Amino acid sequence: MTKKQKKVLIRIIVSAVLVGLLCLVPVENQYVRLALFLIPYLVIGYDILKKAVLGIVNGQVFDENFLMAIATVGAIILGEYVEGTAVMLFYQIGELFQSYAVGKSRRNISALMDIRPDYANIEQDGQLEQVDPDDVEIGTVIVVQPGEKVPIDGVVVDGSSTLNTSALTGESLPREVQPGDEVISGCVNLSGLLRIETTKEFGESTVSKILDLVENSSMKKSKSENFITRFAKYYTPAVCIGALALALLPPVVNLVLGNPPAWSQWVIRALTTLVISCPCALVISIPLSFFGGIGGASAKGVLVKGSNYLEALAETTYVVCDKTGTLTKGVFAVTHLEAADEMAENVLLEMAAHAECYSGHPISRSLKEAYEQRTGKQVDASRVTDVEEISGHGVSAVIDGTKVCAGNARLMKLLNIPYAAPQKTGTEVHVAISGSYAGYILISDIVKPNAKTAIAALKEAGVRQVVMLTGDARNVAESVAAELDVDVVKSELLPADKVSEVERLLAEKGGKERLAFVGDGINDAPVLSRADIGIAMGALGSDAAIEAADIVLMDDDPAKIATAIRIARKTLSIVHQNIVFALAVKFACLGLGAFGFVNMWWAIFADVGVMIIAVLNAMRTLRS
Amino acid sequence: MKKTYKIEVDCAACAAKMEEAANKTAGVKEATVAFMPQKMKVEFEEGADAAAVMAEVLRNCKKVESDCEIFL
Repeated sequence: MTKKQKKVLIRIIVSAVLVGLLCLVPVENQYVRLALFLIPYLVIGYDILKKAVLGIVNGQVFDENFLMAIATVGAIILGEYVEGTAVMLFYQIGELFQSYAVGKSRRNISALMDIRPDYANIEQDGQLEQVDPDDVEIGTVIVVQPGEKVPIDGVVVDGSSTLNTSALTGESLPREVQPGDEVISGCVNLSGLLRIETTKEFGESTVSKILDLVENSSMKKSKSENFITRFAKYYTPAVCIGALALALLPPVVNLVLGNPPAWSQWVIRALTTLVISCPCALVISIPLSFFGGIGGASAKGVLVKGSNYLEALAETTYVVCDKTGTLTKGVFAVTHLEAADEMAENVLLEMAAHAECYSGHPISRSLKEAYEQRTGKQVDASRVTDVEEISGHGVSAVIDGTKVCAGNARLMKLLNIPYAAPQKTGTEVHVAISGSYAGYILISDIVKPNAKTAIAALKEAGVRQVVMLTGDARNVAESVAAELDVDVVKSELLPADKVSEVERLLAEKGGKERLAFVGDGINDAPVLSRADIGIAMGALGSDAAIEAADIVLMDDDPAKIATAIRIARKTLSIVHQNIVFALAVKFACLGLGAFGFVNMWWAIFADVGVMIIAVLNAMRTLRS
Repeated sequence: MKKTYKIEVDCAACAAKMEEAANKTAGVKEATVAFMPQKMKVEFEEGADAAAVMAEVLRNCKKVESDCEIFL
């Protein structure tokens, strides 16, 4: 608790004890009783009264302080001392609770986002010196000891270690780094000492960008927040005028009709409606819910740039994905080996990898990688002689004295060797050994391991259509789409075609539906900004993507899209619950109060009770 | 020119009032107040003196919510 909160707590306790005592002690004299009750009343309510007066002086007549001051002063004038003091007491309890809850969720979020480095270590004359990360220039070598956070983006120049990136990406598996690897700030160094040459200034480093983004996300307000702010602006004055009418009109009508006016009865009803109508529950619970939702999402590695985007995400029914880098890894790898009769798969791979060993092409590299991974042996270039590139076809070489040809189908035709046609899609590498066919190897971009479950999860989260857009060849695109269960696939698209495709879908969908585009941030900035919500994936370190996107997934796991949608839906449903619940209770109590069915105690519940329930409900967003 | 200031305000409705008051201040192009992170972001008019404008913003905010603070 802060100092301010403790002070209020003490006032609450003192005042509550005094009211309790005064209820037990019978005091006959009306004036003595009033004087005694004024003590706890002023202890608990002096600041509210002061604010109400200041508000009137400054032309801010209708606010909560005014509501509370009028209601309680009115009650006391009418002789309802206990009720008058109790209303003020519970109002303060409610305010204290609210302030505590808000402070708690603020602290929770900052704990979740505890990535801000306080210092950077620089080595000077063999001594480590702690300096402000802001003062470290680009190209400086900084030292990160085990247990410390990497303060600035850079490249490892010395040492190897494992890094915990969970605060950034939500990914719990540590990442290994070696000299030459890029490291991003905000990771925690787990095991070894690292020397890192910085490549960015602190202000431009990942950690600063992320913190800036999270801290500013509340600035972009949602429709619900704006609605409530506007609502509260008209609501409180309207209630005050309504209460005034309730206090004056019925007695006047009574007088005209010749009945007893019953002033005090109607004034009490009017005061009760004032207490009920306090809009605190609504006004606090909505930003609190969004803050919790955005904070909970960042803890899972999903950065949402504003409450408005979280709101839009909850209404998402169309998800359009880029293929390469989003659903697939965007790297080539051997996906299938088909050896001809009497040929071992490993030999096929060995021959192909060696034949291609002098090429730097991604295909050759993937062959080499697959060979080394499958057999544990290294490619030995000394076994290879007489390498000859046949442009547009492939390569021929002599390996251990045997002539090996590896290349596409055209190469086999050229050599007049009959070959098998692959059943699956991908880039084909056919291999012939000593002039006879040995089999083929398929190389393709691999689908991310959890892409299929990610798409299933999207549908489960209420997404109606998942569309995949790609610049790739049709057969490749369609096989990936079939494997992943994507609803619609559009292939062989140029970047500009992706924009027009998204525009077509935007025009097609219903007015309340939203379209999200998910890309890896490379070449798709125009589409990211054209969609209702642009989601950039694995975008750490890509400034353009962070800039263009509305939501940034810190790692490249497509399952995070569904996670983000679920968090958004949960947040929005809590927001709606709170709006409906608070308004329903208030309007019900207002209606009943006007006819005298609700006394001051119910009014206190309708105000403070509803607010506490709404705040507790709002805090559930933190645990998403 | 845009600047972000740390603020102190106790209730969300008061934050909304501060936002309105700041937006009405001469020299402010657009002001946004976020209650949860306790921050005010101000975009100034072309050529406005930020320090002078912010002093006025603070005065106007104090008028609508006596219990608020902007750390300039």
